[in-house]
Amino acid sequence: MINFLLNGRPQRATATPDTSVLELLRDTLGQTGTKEGCASGDCGACTVAIGEADAAGQMHYHSANACIMPAHQLQGRQLVTVEGLADGDSLHPAQAAMVTCHGSQCGFCTPGIVMSLFTLHEAQTATPAPLTPERLEAALGGNLCRCTGYRPIRDAALTMSEHPAPRHAWWRQAPEHASTEQTSAAQTNVTPPSERFLQPATLAALLAERARFPDAPLVAGGTDLWLNVTQNLARYDRVIDVTRVDELSRIETATLDDRREGWWMGAAVTYRRLTPLLDQHYPAFAHLLHRLGSAQIRNRGTLGGNIANASPIGDTPPVLLALQARLLLAGPEGERELALDEFFLDYKKTALREDEVIRAIFLPHPAPEQHLKVWKMSKRREDDISALLGAFHWRLEAGVLREVRLAFGGMAATPKRAYDAEAALEGQPPTADAFAAARAALADDFAPMSDVRGSADYRQLAAANLLERLRRVVTTTDTAEEVMLNAYAH
Amino acid sequence: MRTLTKLNQQAASDVGEDSATAREAQEGRIKGDGPLARDTVEAPPHQYVHPHAQAHESAIKHVTGRAAYIDDLKAPADTLHIALGLSKVAHGRLTRLDLARIRALPGVVDAVGVDDVPGHTDIGPVFPGDPIFVEEEISYAGQVLFAVAAESYRAAREAVKAAFDADMLTLEAQPPSLDPVAAAERGEFVRPTHVQQRGDWEKALADAAHVIEGEQFVGGQEHFYLEGQACLVTPTEDEGVVVHTSNQHPSETQKLVAEVLGIALHAVTVEVRRMGGGFGGKETQASPWACIAALFCRRTGRAVRVRLPRSEDMRATGKRHPFHNRYRLGVDDTGVIQGGELTVIGDCGYSPDLSDAIVDRAMFHSDNAYSLGAARVTGHRARTHTASNTAFRGFGGPQGMMVIEAALDDIARRLGEDPLTVRKRNLYRKGHQTTRRDITHYGQPVDQTDLLHTLVEQLEASSDYWARREEIAAFNAQSGVIKKGLALTPVKFGISFTAKHLNQAGALLHVYTDGSVMINHGGTEMGQGLHTKITQVVARELGLDLSAVRISATRTDKVPNTSPTAASSGADLNGQAARDASVKLKARLFDFAADHYSADTDDMRLEDGYLIAGYGESEQRIPWGELVQAAYFGRVSLSEKGFYATPLIHYDRTVGQGNPFYYYAFGAAVSEVSVDTLSGEYQVTRVDILHDVGDSLNPAIDIGQVEGGFIQGMGWLTSEELKWNDAGQLLSTGPATYKIPTFGDLPPVFNVALMEGHPNSMASIYRSKAVGEPPFMLAISVWSALRDALASLADYRESPRLDTPATPERVLMAAEALRHPQEAP
Repeated sequence: MINFLLNGRPQRATATPDTSVLELLRDTLGQTGTKEGCASGDCGACTVAIGEADAAGQMHYHSANACIMPAHQLQGRQLVTVEGLADGDSLHPAQAAMVTCHGSQCGFCTPGIVMSLFTLHEAQTATPAPLTPERLEAALGGNLCRCTGYRPIRDAALTMSEHPAPRHAWWRQAPEHASTEQTSAAQTNVTPPSERFLQPATLAALLAERARFPDAPLVAGGTDLWLNVTQNLARYDRVIDVTRVDELSRIETATLDDRREGWWMGAAVTYRRLTPLLDQHYPAFAHLLHRLGSAQIRNRGTLGGNIANASPIGDTPPVLLALQARLLLAGPEGERELALDEFFLDYKKTALREDEVIRAIFLPHPAPEQHLKVWKMSKRREDDISALLGAFHWRLEAGVLREVRLAFGGMAATPKRAYDAEAALEGQPPTADAFAAARAALADDFAPMSDVRGSADYRQLAAANLLERLRRVVTTTDTAEEVMLNAYAH
Repeated sequence: MRTLTKLNQQAASDVGEDSATAREAQEGRIKGDGPLARDTVEAPPHQYVHPHAQAHESAIKHVTGRAAYIDDLKAPADTLHIALGLSKVAHGRLTRLDLARIRALPGVVDAVGVDDVPGHTDIGPVFPGDPIFVEEEISYAGQVLFAVAAESYRAAREAVKAAFDADMLTLEAQPPSLDPVAAAERGEFVRPTHVQQRGDWEKALADAAHVIEGEQFVGGQEHFYLEGQACLVTPTEDEGVVVHTSNQHPSETQKLVAEVLGIALHAVTVEVRRMGGGFGGKETQASPWACIAALFCRRTGRAVRVRLPRSEDMRATGKRHPFHNRYRLGVDDTGVIQGGELTVIGDCGYSPDLSDAIVDRAMFHSDNAYSLGAARVTGHRARTHTASNTAFRGFGGPQGMMVIEAALDDIARRLGEDPLTVRKRNLYRKGHQTTRRDITHYGQPVDQTDLLHTLVEQLEASSDYWARREEIAAFNAQSGVIKKGLALTPVKFGISFTAKHLNQAGALLHVYTDGSVMINHGGTEMGQGLHTKITQVVARELGLDLSAVRISATRTDKVPNTSPTAASSGADLNGQAARDASVKLKARLFDFAADHYSADTDDMRLEDGYLIAGYGESEQRIPWGELVQAAYFGRVSLSEKGFYATPLIHYDRTVGQGNPFYYYAFGAAVSEVSVDTLSGEYQVTRVDILHDVGDSLNPAIDIGQVEGGFIQGMGWLTSEELKWNDAGQLLSTGPATYKIPTFGDLPPVFNVALMEGHPNSMASIYRSKAVGEPPFMLAISVWSALRDALASLADYRESPRLDTPATPERVLMAAEALRHPQEAP
């Protein structure tokens, strides 16, 4: 039994563990305002808002793709859908602005767009901030519209604050009027027992469930696992949800044995929660997150998931390789640390044992004079998967390059460092010759494949050209010279 | 206030000799719709406050989630769900299909293959060639082999998976034919080659100062309507069915369902309330699912629901045709085309579908807005083992225009001129009898050439083209990696179905005794705002508020034998039919009122909810509701049908000459791009558009069509890449791998305006022009701007070949070829 609030009203529902929020809404509850456009989290037609109360009782809403969100994760949450916003004839400002700006044509993507605008409106109401192009892209980049060309939707986003505020913003009330059970679930994160959708609250409980049900998949955001359900018709009789495990949700400062200082970032920390820290310390990494999936994905996807998934085109592993990240793996026999480059063994194969989980990822503090650049290449700038991605770390010490680490995604069966190319640069001044040698060495490091995202020749050439871009970044003194497009730069 | 006199002057200046004659010929035939019958309105100060800028009739329902699409419709609890067994091989044979085992799978109620069809098994829309289920030969990966009906959507899909996994059928694979050029060389066509020719093109080439040639590949495009293919079929108490479908052509679906079931058309009713996007992808591609569902419906007596999962939708349905184009043109020293030959090869996929008309339209638009001189245009319809390519916004026109726009860039580079200068010299223009440059290669005179020139010049000025050209040249000269590009490309698009019989429409108007009005017509609503425009027409004719007029849905039992909502014709045809019904009903009410209220019909008008008769002191005002009541009690019919057939159009396919289009719509766009020549990444930084819709029926909706069409066209030419493997299986089967534009692709500066003061020179509805397709091709300016940026790498002495979609990969490879010409393949 799932207990949650649907548009402010207590709702109880039963569902198999592999049911999505969208299926629950449309098929079980007959709430058909939320649409299915792709069932893969790529189009945003099914966007809903998930509300959680903070310690002060303030509600925070984040968009999610209902098509790939496990229905059981609604437990104790407030779910707001497009049907819940209007108050009789009085439209929510997001809705009113869409009407005034002629923001809908066929209307099928519109409920999802309205919900993305709703979360933006709520964020603006709580903390007003300029609606920069970057902010609008972040809020709306995950909602495909095939009719309008987006201009009227941009206008709606920019003008919705001019419409009258909602009279009864019931969604801003923490769910105190709900039943005791729901209130306590929402406020204290107590997880009611379910034998099929397990929601352990501690690492010990998680490991115990993992031992009891070794075949049950672990799920965090569901942004990859659930595609197996919707696209490949996989059935999961039992699922272990890691999102409520306290130890996996923390970000803690730490010092490693080798005296490196940094943070242990819980494996179930979402991209959204990582962003403020990365904004401050690793802007290039933060910029990459801006281009990773969409807001709906970043609100739910986790660093641990991106690593455990071990895709050769996962966005964060090359960056973490370049930064010499480490993993903390937890199992029944205790915990062990592992360098990330020892984790990826082969295509989708990792060093994670069957009874283990990734507990946390170590990210070092940036050192003085250390540089990081992250360049992702894809057909579309937003919400696309990399054809290839390069993450480059270096220090310039007395005119020579030190600690050169060049990591790539999309160039091999795993995310991988280009050791030969690194060797060509390590200890060298950043001369054209040194970089030419590094570019040539890439051919020894990698033999990429051709697929739907790009040909082998393109990948090889583009990877080499990224090193040429790197040379220009390292050596260009004329600040007026543009070495890459602004929208991609960081 | 614009005056009638002024409008007449404007109209006269645009009207060519031929259309003036044509209009004369029309007068009396199109009653009351001559130039004097048109309305006058204030020029719009701003699009949102324009009196006709009504919001979409469903806007509030869209934003509240109350607008129902097919899969939202309530259905009986025992409704069956369908899943399709799609071929995994592109070419081969189905040698075994064990339906008995499939029917025994859990949750399965019924399963069918080709032998279970009682009526026709070929559902080709125009020409035969599209089997409802594979008979034996498999022609593409994604072709339907069999279908399963089960108690749930999930059970149906699992049964299909089990049928493949548990070896309940056998497919024998053969090597597929996937290259349209090779297919054309082997003479493998779905329809015969067609040629259009005017003048001595060989002599023109022989005499020309310069001969320039080139070739290009133009990629296809997935429609990616957000609502996938869907329908809901319920049985009637007779032998028939009611079909709710997301569909641009309900009458064709009605016919095909009837033929497949072997019953009369009157036993099948097809209803379309709205589509979640169509773009041509639901013109012929929506029917198979309705036919299959209807089959199950009659076999089981239960309601049946179909909804194709996105990946199956993308594999099973046809797309925009990829084209391979070649040109060889002779030009004089100023770059003016003297003549030559163009060849377009459309990749039609495995069957004819609509490909004959699509390749024809590519040929009709291979001149775009330029006189080709003495030219021969050849169009091949190549057969390959892919889904049968189909209608998509522009219908071949965009692919045809690409060849001439490529040629004009290439001519300009050869002569060292700015491409805009060369384009302007080649625009259709009024000429002398001996050197006519206002007649297309298929013999149709181009009316409104002044409008074309004025429009291009206005945009050239408003976009500040020449100052920006200088800035860009200066920027590129000093920038190492980033290169900017700029291009202005025009659009001339022919309006009418080239299949003449489709240029007809019907409407049914009911007035109820409370005065509320219901209008039905043959067009379908797919987001383009057609229903809004039609209700505006009726409200305008009857002098009513828009809220008094409603459209229920498009139904084959209300308006029969309709044409598809396609070819941008929805408002042109159905608007005229709705107006025809309104005018006839109005006349009847006036006759009644003349008698009933003792007034003179000559002075009568319907305005602001009143019938008004006479002027000044003798004026009588009768509220609409009162008039309707009185007419009802006076036993006057309050229902009327309307009809329209486009006059004057003809095309003789045996000689490739004629006037296939009632008129042309024009537009132009200027796009600026920045290209990172090391990575191939690029950005469209600014776009200026000026587009001709005649006198707009609804400027807000028209602007929406222009902007949406442009962005969709930009996606076609840039990021939307269809990829197949060597076995002919589509690899880009969902939004994760097929990238349509998203929010950040909207150019930061996007200036879009409608051309004002140029009503249609032909007697279209209120002198408006069709707007659905023409703006799509404005996006060619983005592609041309990319070539311009790349040309800077070769000091503008050549334009690189840039096939489409111009993904970052293609742009990088083109840049590389210019930097290292000796290594280029």
